[in-house]
Amino acid sequence: MHRRHFLHAAAATPLLAVGTRLWAASAADMPRFLLVFLRGAYDANNLLVPQASSFYYEARPTLAIARSGSGDNAALALPGVADWALAPSVGEALLPLWQRQQLAFVPFAGSDDTTRSHFETQDTFELGQGSGGRRNLGSGFLNRLAGVLGAGARGGAGHEALAFTDQVPLVFRGAQAVANHALRNLGKAGVDARQAATIERMYSGTPLQTAVSDGFETRTEVMNEMAGEMPPAGRNAIGSRGFETEARRIGRLMRERIALGFVDVGGWDTHARQGGATGPLADKLGELSRGLAALAAEMGPAWQRTVVVVASEFGRTFRENGTRGTDHGHGSTYWLLGGGLRGGRVAGEQQALRAGTLFQGRDTPVLNEYRALLAGLWARQYGLGRDQLATVFEGVAPVDLGLV
Amino acid sequence: MLIRRRRLLAATGLLATGCATPPQSGPRPAGPLKPDEARWLNRLTWGVNDSAAAELKAKGLERWVHEQLQPAPWPPRLPEAVQSKVLQLTISQVPVAELARRLEAQRKAVDDKPEGEARAAARQALQQETARLGREAATRQIWRSLYSPRQLQDQMGWFWLNHFNVHGQKANLRALMADYDDRLHELALGRFRDLLGAVVFHPAMLRYLDNDQNAVRRINENLGRELLELHTLGVDGGYSQQDVQELARVLTGLGVNLGDESPRKGGTKAGPPVRRGLAEFNPARHDDGPKTLLGQTVQGEGLSEIEGVLDRLARHPSTARHVCRKIAQFLMADKPPALVVDRMANTFVQRDGRIAEVLRTLFAQPEFAASLGQRFKDPLHFVLSAVRQAWSDTPIVNPEPVLNWLQRLGQAPFGHTTPDGYPLDSMAWTGPGQLTTRFDVAKQIGNGAPALFRADDSAAGAQTPAPQLKSALFMEALLPQVLPASRQVLTQAANAREWNTFWLSSPEFMQR
Repeated sequence: MHRRHFLHAAAATPLLAVGTRLWAASAADMPRFLLVFLRGAYDANNLLVPQASSFYYEARPTLAIARSGSGDNAALALPGVADWALAPSVGEALLPLWQRQQLAFVPFAGSDDTTRSHFETQDTFELGQGSGGRRNLGSGFLNRLAGVLGAGARGGAGHEALAFTDQVPLVFRGAQAVANHALRNLGKAGVDARQAATIERMYSGTPLQTAVSDGFETRTEVMNEMAGEMPPAGRNAIGSRGFETEARRIGRLMRERIALGFVDVGGWDTHARQGGATGPLADKLGELSRGLAALAAEMGPAWQRTVVVVASEFGRTFRENGTRGTDHGHGSTYWLLGGGLRGGRVAGEQQALRAGTLFQGRDTPVLNEYRALLAGLWARQYGLGRDQLATVFEGVAPVDLGLV
Repeated sequence: MLIRRRRLLAATGLLATGCATPPQSGPRPAGPLKPDEARWLNRLTWGVNDSAAAELKAKGLERWVHEQLQPAPWPPRLPEAVQSKVLQLTISQVPVAELARRLEAQRKAVDDKPEGEARAAARQALQQETARLGREAATRQIWRSLYSPRQLQDQMGWFWLNHFNVHGQKANLRALMADYDDRLHELALGRFRDLLGAVVFHPAMLRYLDNDQNAVRRINENLGRELLELHTLGVDGGYSQQDVQELARVLTGLGVNLGDESPRKGGTKAGPPVRRGLAEFNPARHDDGPKTLLGQTVQGEGLSEIEGVLDRLARHPSTARHVCRKIAQFLMADKPPALVVDRMANTFVQRDGRIAEVLRTLFAQPEFAASLGQRFKDPLHFVLSAVRQAWSDTPIVNPEPVLNWLQRLGQAPFGHTTPDGYPLDSMAWTGPGQLTTRFDVAKQIGNGAPALFRADDSAAGAQTPAPQLKSALFMEALLPQVLPASRQVLTQAANAREWNTFWLSSPEFMQR
């Protein structure tokens, strides 16, 4: 039913109509999309707490976060939702977004890769070519999306695609020229403009020609945009550590010129002593959430036509392990954020979480395949047609969750 | 031996290049290094420099390669100026067990203090000491890579550190990294089974992948999974989730003990507790039931059960293929030809996983010789080769700038967080951001990077040797391979510093 509704909408709605409904922007300026990839498989069940599941509390005697309303350190109630609650460590940053309907969660999300290998599944995810078949390692799905949208290193302000990472990630590798520039630490330029032009000449006609000139160009633009950056400490009270500073810079660049972005955050592989309502995982989730809230604020009016998706390669075991941590599992929970989102809800297919409904007796099952979910999202956000979606995710039927 | 050497010559086509003088004929007259010799040198070392070039000229290519393949005593002998600095490091003077115990005692002392300023100060001192030891390990690694005469062994030592990656920043692993580095470099050209054993029984790996917490009925799969997926069979090597769980059971009880006391001897089926360095097998934590691994039953025998399983994993045909493919990727090409990998894997199986023999097979393939000069450098090769060529045999005093460049370029020692290690494929290092950063580093080195020769602030203002990139070695052996576009740019450099910057930024310099 979802799908039929979507196909109808997609067929009947050309790009500009979607744009004018949701985004009060000039047709020349593209909607923004940012993928935040949590490498290491974050423990989704201690973020979006399945508080309706008594089995959750049996399976996690030391890690479970108490039902909302049950005292200190309990999960936070999500207005409008009874079965799920939010980890208290992210409440301050995320609840305001939820209340403005700018945040939604999709549990039971993930890929069909069941190797439970971080590296294999990250590759599967980033390539977006399904698992099992022959893979083209030179074609990530965000690169294909950039191709369809005409975004890239040479897109010009408002049409650029950029990875905010030290290296170009697999998800952005491919035919479309996409640059990378990490924002954690802003180094100062070494070679001057004349030297840069000279170096470019040496690469003329070599396979690295495009990468070299895109690199110089991107850096010049980033430096220009960041020239007016205010000291982050002066702008917020909670103090900006780690990801928050980076996220603010990403927000600034996306507001001004980057239409399609990617950033990854590592350190989620919590096999031991991950903590519950408080502890190492709670701290990390808190830092991530504060960063995303800061990004939203930094984007200003552009936030209205922005969608941020937070995903991870797979979920973790539903039960805690012998060392107060969790092992490699399957289904995860994706986050969607955006100023124009129809959020404030937990979306997608769901089922009760009991011992008998776990995937292979141990993990959260995947009921919302991520490519179908993203294709459905982009059909609405960009008004992409069937052929365009098939270029990004071949053979995948989009599922529209009605989130934008 | 001689016969095998002849075969190597014939296969590589080296006979035709005039380097076939047998080793017993004594030193050869030193002449210009041929471009072809420079390519071998560039691939088997961290980069050409004067002393390596002279050694190759004196010995001839074939004998030089043969000697590089001989496992050498460890640690390597470094030039005197560097050797004395290495010997001054705490990690050179205090055995790892003692280091680990000291830090553990320091940590307990912090915990015992009441909350307050004194405790905060003690905690800060502990963190600084931990960081200092990690920095020492990284510093020593850089010095050895730059100046060890056993360059191939050093490269392979790095390969194994990366293959069996441990993230040095995790918890208190930094005090253990120097020893881990030593062990893997020492065994780098030896048997794979010995490497595997050293890794599985090393406290750094046991802690990094949580096996020190893996116990009967409290299973932690982390090490079991990565052993199969990354260290031995490979992800397509033919194992299942069931095998991961069973291997985790096999590994129960293998942990770390920094203290002086052993656990009380229990009369379990799994035998007595055994200490091996800082690793400890505790039978009381071992699952002594039978397991089924890769279709075979494993009896619950404790330590000998673990050793037996490591034997099987090390000799598994999937392991031979997986490991040989990665070696060929590291030393030859992104996509090494299947035939080359098959031949290496055959040697791996027939010669009981002896890595020197596997490398001998690789070097004998005509495809290997044809690949020389066409491997894109990763950041580590880029930085080390630049420093080696720039200052050849004038050792740098302070590796700190080198570590900072590697940090910026994304390949710092012990800096990869996940157990898969840094990527070996060149596509991982050819992004726009990587290249611009390389050009910046090229300029810093080209300008002389005086901090490399400044041990501390007191030495500021001391004479710093200028980089000698446009050397006789360059003119003889490297220039012939430089294409017209780069040659023209080099002639337009405004001064020597800029010439250095352009050469280190050139597409030709990016290849090894």
